[in-house]
Amino acid sequence: MSATNTHKDTTQGHDTHGHHPALAHHFVSLEQQHEANILGMWVFLVTEVLFFGGMFTAYAVYRFKFNTMFQEASNQLDITLGCLNTVVLILSSLTMAMAVRSAQMGKAKPILGYLAATAVLGFAFLGVKYFEWKHDFEVHLIPRADFCWDYAKERRVEADHHEKGKPFVTKVLGKFIGHHEEHAPPTTDRILADKKNPESQQARMFFVLYFAMTGVHAIHMLVGFGLIAAVAFWASKGTYGPDYYTPVEVLGLYWHFVDIVWIFLFPLLYLLGAHLGAGH
Amino acid sequence: MSTINLDRGLIAGADGGTTTAPAKAPLNYLNCESTVASWLLTLDHKRIGLLYLVGITAMFILGGTFASLIRFELLTPKGDVLSGDSYNKTFTAHGVVMIFLFLIPSIPAVLGNFLLPIMIGTKDVAFPRLNLMSFYLYVGGGIFLSLALLFGGVDTGWTFYTPLSSSYANGNVMAAALGVFIIGFSSILTGLNFIVTIHRMRAPGMTWFRMPLFVWAMYATSLVQVLGTPVVAITVSLLGFERILGVGIFDPRLGGDPILFQHMFWFYSHPAVYIMIIPSLGVASELVTTFSRKGIFGYEIIACSSIAIAIFGFIVWAHHMFTSGISPYAAMVFSFLTFSVAIPSGIKVFSWLATMFKGSISYASPMMFFFGFIGLFTIGGMTGLFLSTLGTDIHLHDTYFVVAHFHYIMVGGAIMGYMGGMHYWWPKITGKMYSELWSKVSAALIFVGFNFTFFPQFFLGYLGMPRRYHEYPEELQVLNVLSTVGASVLALGYILPLLYLPGSLFFGAKAPKNPWGASTLEWTECESPPHPHNFESNPPIPDHVYDYSQLSKEAVRVSH
Repeated sequence: MSATNTHKDTTQGHDTHGHHPALAHHFVSLEQQHEANILGMWVFLVTEVLFFGGMFTAYAVYRFKFNTMFQEASNQLDITLGCLNTVVLILSSLTMAMAVRSAQMGKAKPILGYLAATAVLGFAFLGVKYFEWKHDFEVHLIPRADFCWDYAKERRVEADHHEKGKPFVTKVLGKFIGHHEEHAPPTTDRILADKKNPESQQARMFFVLYFAMTGVHAIHMLVGFGLIAAVAFWASKGTYGPDYYTPVEVLGLYWHFVDIVWIFLFPLLYLLGAHLGAGH
Repeated sequence: MSTINLDRGLIAGADGGTTTAPAKAPLNYLNCESTVASWLLTLDHKRIGLLYLVGITAMFILGGTFASLIRFELLTPKGDVLSGDSYNKTFTAHGVVMIFLFLIPSIPAVLGNFLLPIMIGTKDVAFPRLNLMSFYLYVGGGIFLSLALLFGGVDTGWTFYTPLSSSYANGNVMAAALGVFIIGFSSILTGLNFIVTIHRMRAPGMTWFRMPLFVWAMYATSLVQVLGTPVVAITVSLLGFERILGVGIFDPRLGGDPILFQHMFWFYSHPAVYIMIIPSLGVASELVTTFSRKGIFGYEIIACSSIAIAIFGFIVWAHHMFTSGISPYAAMVFSFLTFSVAIPSGIKVFSWLATMFKGSISYASPMMFFFGFIGLFTIGGMTGLFLSTLGTDIHLHDTYFVVAHFHYIMVGGAIMGYMGGMHYWWPKITGKMYSELWSKVSAALIFVGFNFTFFPQFFLGYLGMPRRYHEYPEELQVLNVLSTVGASVLALGYILPLLYLPGSLFFGAKAPKNPWGASTLEWTECESPPHPHNFESNPPIPDHVYDYSQLSKEAVRVSH
């Protein structure tokens, strides 16, 4: 295999005209190559919709089955951080769109800048997710042997009480840098008793789906970072211009898709129980 | 692949079939390069098709070995060859290997890869590197899966039903699930590649309704691969979460719903049946028109019926669950929808018959496989109607009737079509003619052996013999012995091509460009075997793809 596209196309007449270095031998024109690549990514995104679709189906089934407890469990998530992340991700889609635009206009430096901004916003999203997951771990909401719904509810009531009356900014900052008091973890007896409670089982199902869906979403973002790095590398070599910007556009499609998945996850997971909340 | 010798390329431009200087064979995709790397890292769709051929043949032999073990065990009513546990692992291995590693990739990955770009007049698939990656995903997943099945084994059946697979099965369920996940991506990427190729790579003049029907079948298959496979990928992932983390998505003790697994599993695995059979329907359409020397009857409707089968395939999955406790109203709807699949299938069968009517039928061996195919596929399809009827399904569910029905479709339909296709395109792929006598013997043995194997199983099922048991009451032995004897004949029928097809590479006569007088581009515009880039320049596209008025068969020249 020639890893590069230096394959000499001796049988085809159009070689003599000297074609674009990015044109693979089996395409007639850059236009055909562009259209094929874009369609390829769209078809891939269709498969992604069905991949996530399996989890959305499971979510729909259990939300219908355990409606009340899904709302209660959703209310344990942090809407403020969820909103923040939604804004961060939408901004990253904006910068990605700008990167594609820059590539189309052949501006090498802005491509790199916008790609970097996209990556930074993406990392910010995962950073916020890290703090959310860390909190879930601390209050025993990870659906494994030590899951304790009873304990998590109690911690939530304490936290609400503790934060009452504080200004919004302090509350938000407190989620990242706030000093946490030590809490005694739930005893084994309490965890075992909690396991027998159907409410706990149902809330646990919500968290299984929450971690599966946000986890798979996060994996897609990690893949996105790899793709951004690759495209940025080629962009820095001046590969992209008005004639040829296909990879940037393909990357853009992928990134927007990952963004849109979040746009569905956010209301289903965070806003579902918002009406029950005491306001974080 | 690197530089191709220009001089030899020019010679290939002359009439390659009748070149008189044997010392310098015309340039083709087989002789253009010969290093190991030029094969293992090739980006040529034709070579990738051959790589797949090696892989799926190995898997067919492996899956066939497991089948032989099953039939050997069932020779007697007592479980005397395999223990119950080993028997469970054997039929699981047979199902998993045959479905995921042989049937699903068989026609699309071998014949589809080889033919699809040629049939639409282009040089390659849209994404050659992705194509190679699909192959290595297949190899990786296949090795993984085979090792999981051979060492330790899996005893859940190929369906991996929960909570058996999540809570109770010992064995290598996780490794097998991961193998299925990886192979699933191979299948998705092949489907994606074909869809984009058909949409964007057609030669100038190759409109949608000028494409050969095999290409239409590949398009329908690819749609199913792309839309169905991701769902089974996420389903086995959730099964993995469940098994590793004990989270209980499908575990009723933790509030989960095992029926949800069945829904998600069959949402893919029923359409997967159509991934296996639609390509064979496409091959059948090519065979019947070529060997009847008559334009196909109802070209457009056959093309659209492939798409219709793909669409219907997605809305019938719950007919696997009529006895699982789904709502009776849902069952009625799914029963009705299942009946409706018979419409596009019937359209195809009647169109093939109408094509043969007053045609000039020749009895070349690919046509013999077609004759076998059309009979077995029809029986398989008709017995499907027994099972889609709610009342009879209660009686027949999970019996040998079901086993016989789907083997008539999968083996009688899909593999017969695959064999027909291999015999039809073998001269194009290898440039050699095989033994006409032995191939006819093989077709006859397969047809007879198949019917002796599986027809008795309809009776066994009707008499109440459940599937997946290694023991049975003594009064059922006669039918089981018939079945095992038939399986031995069937095995012989499959072993023969494994001998005479490779043998033809050494002893076969040189294949002319168009030995069958066929009308599609791979015969009319390509040498046998084809040039590395398929065509010297854009091929002329005829208005009607199956027009035989200007075509004549070329005689096979025996070169030695």
